[in-house]
Amino acid sequence: MAAINFTLNGSAKTLDVRDPEKPLLYALRNELGLKGAKYGCGLGQCGACTVLVDGEPTRACVVPIASLAGRKITTIEGLGTPEKPHKVQTAFIAEQAAQCGYCTNGMVMTSAALLERTPKPSVTQVKDALAQNLCRCGTHDRIISAVVRASEGTRG
Amino acid sequence: MNVITSRRDFLKGSGALFIAIPLSSAAFAQTAAGAKTVDAAQVDAYLALHADGTATIYSGKVDLGTGLRAAFPQIAAEELGLPINRIHLIEGDTALTPDQGPTSGSNGIPKGGMQLRQAAATARQALIRMGAEKLGKPAAELDAIDGEIRPKAGGAGVSFASLIGEKGFELKLDGKAPVRDPKTFKYVGKHVPRPDVPAKVMGRHAFMHDLDVPGMVHGRVVRPAKINASLVSVDESSIAGIPGAQVVRIKNFLGVVAPDEWDAIRAARLLKATWSGGGLPVNHEGLAEHVRKGSKVSGTEMLDEKGDFTATFASGAKKFSAEFYWPVQSHASLGPSCAIADVKNGEATIWCSSQGTHRYRKHFADMLAIPSSKTRVYYVDGAGCYGMNGHEDAAADAAFLSQAIGKPVRVQWTREDEHGLDPKGPAQVITQDAALSDDGKILAWRTQMWCPKPTANLPTIPLLAPVEAGAKQTPGIATGSLSSGGKPPYDVPNLQVQVHWLEETPLRASHLRAPGKIGNCLAVETFMDELALAAGRDPIDFRLAYMSDPRGRESIERVAKLFNWDTRVAPRRDGKGRGIGYTQYKGDETYVAIAMEVEVDAGSGRIKVTRVAATHDCGQIISPDGVRSQVEGCILQTIGRTLFEEVKFDTNHVTSRDWASYPILTFPDVPEMKIELIDRPDQPPRGAGEAATAPVAAALANAVFDATGIRLRRVPFIAQRVKAAQAEMTTKNG
Repeated sequence: MAAINFTLNGSAKTLDVRDPEKPLLYALRNELGLKGAKYGCGLGQCGACTVLVDGEPTRACVVPIASLAGRKITTIEGLGTPEKPHKVQTAFIAEQAAQCGYCTNGMVMTSAALLERTPKPSVTQVKDALAQNLCRCGTHDRIISAVVRASEGTRG
Repeated sequence: MNVITSRRDFLKGSGALFIAIPLSSAAFAQTAAGAKTVDAAQVDAYLALHADGTATIYSGKVDLGTGLRAAFPQIAAEELGLPINRIHLIEGDTALTPDQGPTSGSNGIPKGGMQLRQAAATARQALIRMGAEKLGKPAAELDAIDGEIRPKAGGAGVSFASLIGEKGFELKLDGKAPVRDPKTFKYVGKHVPRPDVPAKVMGRHAFMHDLDVPGMVHGRVVRPAKINASLVSVDESSIAGIPGAQVVRIKNFLGVVAPDEWDAIRAARLLKATWSGGGLPVNHEGLAEHVRKGSKVSGTEMLDEKGDFTATFASGAKKFSAEFYWPVQSHASLGPSCAIADVKNGEATIWCSSQGTHRYRKHFADMLAIPSSKTRVYYVDGAGCYGMNGHEDAAADAAFLSQAIGKPVRVQWTREDEHGLDPKGPAQVITQDAALSDDGKILAWRTQMWCPKPTANLPTIPLLAPVEAGAKQTPGIATGSLSSGGKPPYDVPNLQVQVHWLEETPLRASHLRAPGKIGNCLAVETFMDELALAAGRDPIDFRLAYMSDPRGRESIERVAKLFNWDTRVAPRRDGKGRGIGYTQYKGDETYVAIAMEVEVDAGSGRIKVTRVAATHDCGQIISPDGVRSQVEGCILQTIGRTLFEEVKFDTNHVTSRDWASYPILTFPDVPEMKIELIDRPDQPPRGAGEAATAPVAAALANAVFDATGIRLRRVPFIAQRVKAAQAEMTTKNG
């Protein structure tokens, strides 16, 4: 059993780990009670499990817990709250940018990271940033509009 | 647009991750005598008014991400005369909701919503009668407004609560109860935000995958590398090192359970088992040929016939024939299916994302040998499904594991499971034959379709686990209505539409969004373009010349304007093109016309859809933004299905079991979209969940022809196929 220390949504956390290869996603969902990140593929292909590690969008379904010692992890629960949503979340709600909503976590987290790097992205930059995040319901157009809205830009 | 904000505490309430889950004893107590009726013929099955002035509505139809959770309260609020923020909705719980059939075939609003409307209209009439007595005024002078029965002319009213309290109506649903005049609508046709969106966006919506049931363990089912193989032996010692891991074997059903999810995953990966037999008769590359010529045809059915096709075709001046193939496709739900079951003491409680909880209650009960009356199925939101995916299979898996170990079990399918094992949209072959007269008029048209025959009266789609466990289940094939849409929506004098029913299909089938209709529309509508070209007419002009239905005409004319259609006969063949596709869904439902612009890269053969315009007439619109969202989803998902999607398999099993081998549409593929909704408040509402998928492949193929001169007739339109067709055309043209 090894103890891994990291920062989770702004608070210090210590997790006892039996299998250091266990992906972060299972620790978040089953041990830390944070179920916003979703299991979509376990292969790092779809983005439903996206969290931010030191601000970078990261696939929690494949990143081993052991690799996260000393890192800062932000999940969607730490990005915004119902009382104080992140601007990306406010924009997703305004655009009604979800159907089934299973991919939404990854869309929101990846978009929030994009706006940190690129506060006024073009539509092409939004599409490129989200190119590895899959949506099956076809909500893409609204998601693009939401990210543009959050950046206070226009779709043009 | 008039924005109505839904109940505030709906938004807040749905922010809670943990939802109250009744334990099974409490659950069954609730269904005991004297409890709420679920008889679909009774008003009380659909709605209950409460003493605090609120109401609960009960729906056997469920919101699969489609917006019904906004639309049903809109309908009920309108008819009852109750503010929408006083309405709660319960969906899919078999103990509390009426059985309105599965949520499929775009019938959520046309069927489920209209039953709710009639129930609420019946309730309103009853409330008015009660109010008339209490107020001492004629019923004709009263109306239900804001939760009260009031004189239409003004003056004091009486609250619903004071008239009926909690006691229920005890009335039969009156299918003829007068409904509100659309001119007076306050909620229907207005924008009501979906109550589930905020929690989804905040990461706090409780999906099926997020539920915890006290005492629950994690289960995984281990399935063979060859489909339908038999289990020979299991080496339980192979997982001895995993804490608490346990093997469950029932005949060919093999699973593992463990208290920790990651341990269950490891156990499933490490468990050694020996299998024998199994496999498939054909691989995906040979399937088109197999469907057309290798499969046994159990019968040919003439679906439509007019005039004399054979004679007029023979006498035609110009003749045309073409063959089309639509491949096997997967629901490819973004979240692999998940379910929890608690089966003990002769009772079963199942939480799953089924589109048909009522239907599957009996199925689950039968396979577990438990009475239906002791089986309760809760609907909980899953990842989107577009017909029946693996949700019910995961539930059956969980149920057998739970029954074996006597604890609640959660089963989470893997990505490999979902892509590999979900029941698939089956392959189809469609042929077209037509003749033009020497002055370019359509003389004769024949559509022939080859697709699997659905088993008559099959109660439910068969599941994997009962087959493996040797449990009770009705066998058969379910596909949805694959042969719908083969009839051209045009005034053709001599017509034959026939289907050749295949006895089997290599992978388990189910209904996948717009079953058969996208392929059939592709065949009919690209063929219409071929005829237009031969007749020397622009594709839109030619269609309008054969279209008498005014709503169909309006859809096409308006899309031409919306798209800024470039009226022309000859294809551009310069790498950029436009195409049109039109349908009236299922022949008599929603009208959709789609115009599309594509660019085809001559070097790579890659097709990019750059611009889409669509008109959509589904009659009376309940939720405009809900309809728009569905139309967007239909278009985008189907562009992906047309360009990229084909389930690949060898003679062992499905080989496209991840997103790399089964690509779908991604953000860079998203075109510019313009959508015009045609609202007809005086017409019955029709479905919006599927109709706009149907003309997508046709519009795309027609645009590719305009851009390149190539007729693509085999889906998906991958770059290699475009390149091969280009090479063939170059050879032919010397």
